[in-house]
Amino acid sequence: MQLRGLVKRYGDRAVVDGLDLEVARGEVFALLGPNGAGKTTTIEILEGVRKRDGGDVRVLGVDPASAGRDWRARVGVVSQGSGAAQELSVREILDHFSGYHATPRPTAELIAAVGLEEKAGTRVGRLSGGQRRRLEVALGVQGRPELVFLDEPTTGMDPVARRQFWELIRGLRAEGATVLLTTHYLDEAAELSDRVGVIADGRLVEVAPPDELGAELRRLATVRWSEDGAVREVRTATPGVVLRDLLATSVTGDLPGLTVTRPSLEDVYLSLVGAPSTVCTDSEGDPR
Amino acid sequence: MTTVLPAPAPRTAPPSAARIAVRRVGLELKLFFRERQQVVFSFAYPVIMLVIFAAVLGGDERPGDVPFTQYFLAGIAATGIMLTSFQALGTAIATERENGQLERLQVLGTPPVAYFAGKAGQVLVTTAAQLALLLPLARYGYDVPMPADLDHWLTFAWVAVLGALAGTVLGVAVSALPGSAASVTTGISAFAIVLQFFSGVFFGFTELPSWMQQAAAIFPLKWLTQGMRSAFLPEEAAAFEVAGGWEHGRTALVLAAWVIIGAVVCVRTFRWRRSEG
Repeated sequence: MQLRGLVKRYGDRAVVDGLDLEVARGEVFALLGPNGAGKTTTIEILEGVRKRDGGDVRVLGVDPASAGRDWRARVGVVSQGSGAAQELSVREILDHFSGYHATPRPTAELIAAVGLEEKAGTRVGRLSGGQRRRLEVALGVQGRPELVFLDEPTTGMDPVARRQFWELIRGLRAEGATVLLTTHYLDEAAELSDRVGVIADGRLVEVAPPDELGAELRRLATVRWSEDGAVREVRTATPGVVLRDLLATSVTGDLPGLTVTRPSLEDVYLSLVGAPSTVCTDSEGDPR
Repeated sequence: MTTVLPAPAPRTAPPSAARIAVRRVGLELKLFFRERQQVVFSFAYPVIMLVIFAAVLGGDERPGDVPFTQYFLAGIAATGIMLTSFQALGTAIATERENGQLERLQVLGTPPVAYFAGKAGQVLVTTAAQLALLLPLARYGYDVPMPADLDHWLTFAWVAVLGALAGTVLGVAVSALPGSAASVTTGISAFAIVLQFFSGVFFGFTELPSWMQQAAAIFPLKWLTQGMRSAFLPEEAAAFEVAGGWEHGRTALVLAAWVIIGAVVCVRTFRWRRSEG
């Protein structure tokens, strides 16, 4: 999957503004960003359901804007809002749509994979928001796609369902599928993805494996201690040196209230997308 | 992590449009009969109209000494067909588009023609069920004679099928009107009511001003109603048609043109989403 200089405008406003991205086969890639950053627009252009105003896009070697049925058969989509008929049960819907695929996953297997066993006979109209998301996920992977797009797949899911979903994604990865997902949840991105792309104002501001995200920012540790009843704070790339010097000059040989903190993934993310970061004081360095 | 895996084995082609269409007919019927409101409305409307108009105007006669109920049955049968095809579909498709059900079909790569075929199949079955309810009521409740012989029954059959298909196409087309599903529904209902008056469903078509007749002649309902009259009314009544005859050829032509041209236009312009910008 390759994007070069992707541009999408609504009126005068560029929602996606020169976005470049490459995702390799078999990779799990998470697009992370605040609301309105252009995540959904980008993923919809990749899915071939939205037109672009500029740039070059190749998905599975094909331009999605002109892709046909054979391409669609290789791609699975879990979009944010796609609906299902309220009057059908979970099992009925999965059974029906199995007929749209050459080699669908068995319905019972899908229902178990998304944890809807107890709701299999329930009509969609009576499912909770999180349960509907799970059905959407099941429909998205029903046709054994090579590439799966998931737009905020776990919104509304309870923690148990999210863990189950994570397992499902790991299963897809093990089968060699490529996964592109958008999420608000940093832990989800860190847990699932090989690489994370942070998107803000229609551009990718950083692409990196989750534990290397914001490497520059992360190198800066905050050393904090009390001195004469006041809290002192130093931001440094070399906290060890700072500590050594501090201890050497300390009269008592001790530093009351000493903490050394590194920014958490969340702090890194917030500073990347330009939001005011909250200072973390509760960790001893290693980010989650 | 980002190593390139070997490309998976070539995939089997997805199921054909025809196979998906067959599945969709089954699904559409299941959905139709689960929506109680729609079932009641579609089936009860023509029956209730027949009962009301027969009670009010039952003693009247139409040109050619045709009892009112007999004349009206042709009109109400035609209206019923428009209801189960044009009206029900236009509303249903606008709703499915609005609540995202069509998005699902789009990302699955569903051929639009399979979706239309599913709708058409559902329309044909529900139309048949509706007529199977209406005709016995007219026959046994109001002594309206049924089509006189096999020829007339065949006329009834091809007019009903072509009419239902033309209504299907028209329904797909109007579902694409701008606005919310609710406003599309209102627009469709208003249009259907006006069209019923223009097409001679309630009044004798010859009694209408000629501009009204000409406007109606563009749309399928006028031809559907006229075709139904040719099936239900005695041959002598043909003399009282505007053209002085049943015009079967022209009826078939107009309805078939709606079906064929309309289907081509619909397949080419169909939108799975409200906006694809």
